[in-house]
Amino acid sequence: MQNFEYIAPTDTIAAAQALSPHAGVTAVLAGGTDLVSLMKQRVETPSRVVSLRSIRSLRGISKKGGGLRIGAMATVEQLLDSGAAAPYRSLLQAARGITAPQVRAMGTVVGDLLQRPRCWYFRNGHGLLAMHNGESLVPNGENRYHAILGNKGPAYFVSASSLAPALISLGAQVTVAGPEGEREMALADLFRIPASESERENTLQPNEIVTEINVPGASGWRTATYEVRQRQLLDWPLVTASVAVRLRRGTVADARVVLGHVAPIPWRSSEAETALKGQSLGESAGEAAGKAAMAAATPLSQNKAKVHLATVAVKRAVAMAA
Amino acid sequence: MSSNKPQDGPVRGPQHEPREGFSRRTFIEGVGIGAGAVGALGAPERVRAAGNDVLGPDPVSITLNINGKSHDLMVEPRVTLIDALRNRLDHTGAKKVCDRATCGACTVIVDGSPVYSCTMLAIEAQGRRIETIEGISTEDSMHAVQTKFVEHDAQQCGFCTPGLVMAGKAIAERNPRPSMADVESGLSGNICRCGTYVGVRKAVYEAARGESA
Repeated sequence: MQNFEYIAPTDTIAAAQALSPHAGVTAVLAGGTDLVSLMKQRVETPSRVVSLRSIRSLRGISKKGGGLRIGAMATVEQLLDSGAAAPYRSLLQAARGITAPQVRAMGTVVGDLLQRPRCWYFRNGHGLLAMHNGESLVPNGENRYHAILGNKGPAYFVSASSLAPALISLGAQVTVAGPEGEREMALADLFRIPASESERENTLQPNEIVTEINVPGASGWRTATYEVRQRQLLDWPLVTASVAVRLRRGTVADARVVLGHVAPIPWRSSEAETALKGQSLGESAGEAAGKAAMAAATPLSQNKAKVHLATVAVKRAVAMAA
Repeated sequence: MSSNKPQDGPVRGPQHEPREGFSRRTFIEGVGIGAGAVGALGAPERVRAAGNDVLGPDPVSITLNINGKSHDLMVEPRVTLIDALRNRLDHTGAKKVCDRATCGACTVIVDGSPVYSCTMLAIEAQGRRIETIEGISTEDSMHAVQTKFVEHDAQQCGFCTPGLVMAGKAIAERNPRPSMADVESGLSGNICRCGTYVGVRKAVYEAARGESA
């Protein structure tokens, strides 16, 4: 690990002010489950680490205005133990997929959203886009776990977050603090597909911190997350699908379908949502939604199987929500 | 000798990245001298967890509460808890294997939850209750999880064992009646390459439920 200086401010503005406005110079430390490993690999080499552990306002999970507030330092373990989170079924189903108790105890919910991609080219020092002589190594390389949507290039990695698809399907917002103050945005807008190596997979400025997630009340929504896994324990899913639907007179009036691990961002499928609307929640509606979600898929040389897995994930998530 | 003084940055060298030509014996001796020097130096720059002071990159004084005892030591902010435990404080029970928050051999219990000590900075472990394998038994009596490990022959090479015992202890403390699925899930952050899982699960299951053989 490259040496760094350490600072643990007691409020978010001081933390943001301790961060550099330039990328790669400083890093934010919450649970550390991703950052510490990235620093050991020298993928991240900050000269200053800003710890959030002394900022009391970032702690805890609680009910807030009919919804749920998740502080930036709240861990996955706290989410699973929280009575306030109990109505958010799809979120808890996704959180249970993070099995290792050590990761649950250390890792934060916000950290799950902001973990860097697990793409092995990136983790082995080839850069986020794995560019080599002006071309990405991924399309002709080892790409079985890479993107099948949103992969026109040069980004082919998949968003690694397990919880973002569920949170986006629940309509979550995030609060972001910078040196000048706070701003709010839809969680979906936190993510982006980078167009060049100078961009990241999120829209945060280098000196901004996500301070909390706010999820609106889930009353009236039927929600579910289905994960397709190679290993049941201690691994990231191959594909996930989170759905949230609201029925009126027995048929779907509102639907949100968000897939994980299929694109460089959590992938909201308007095609699947359209396929569900007006239908009753049966197997045929789920199957049609799965097929619609994958209609525009463009698999790479080694990951055609993910198209089928994602189709099934949507179908099963719809069945679980019914 | 001077290269072992903390202010010269002993963690930068072979203690963290053992290289060829650096034997295990000289490595361990070097660490021992380093730890002694720490005690003699005192604590010039005490970390205030609530303060806004910039600390490091040179070694700073920290205090860790391990198995109910307070330990003062000097570490660079980048030093992980496992390196502080093993290289500075002679607590070599927790093992450094993958060093990437995956294998679980470094598992210790912090504030009642199992954590990967390879992935927690020592400076961040201040003010928290750290339990290691050294603290769970006495010379006369083993912890129930350890007793059950012996009964079920739940180890082969033994390298993963301290981490599995600590993960098992954390399960037992949280859930007096775990199902076998709870045990499996609770041990999912630990890997055993010898494949002793069957015995380990039985041991943890019975220890948690207070079952005799």
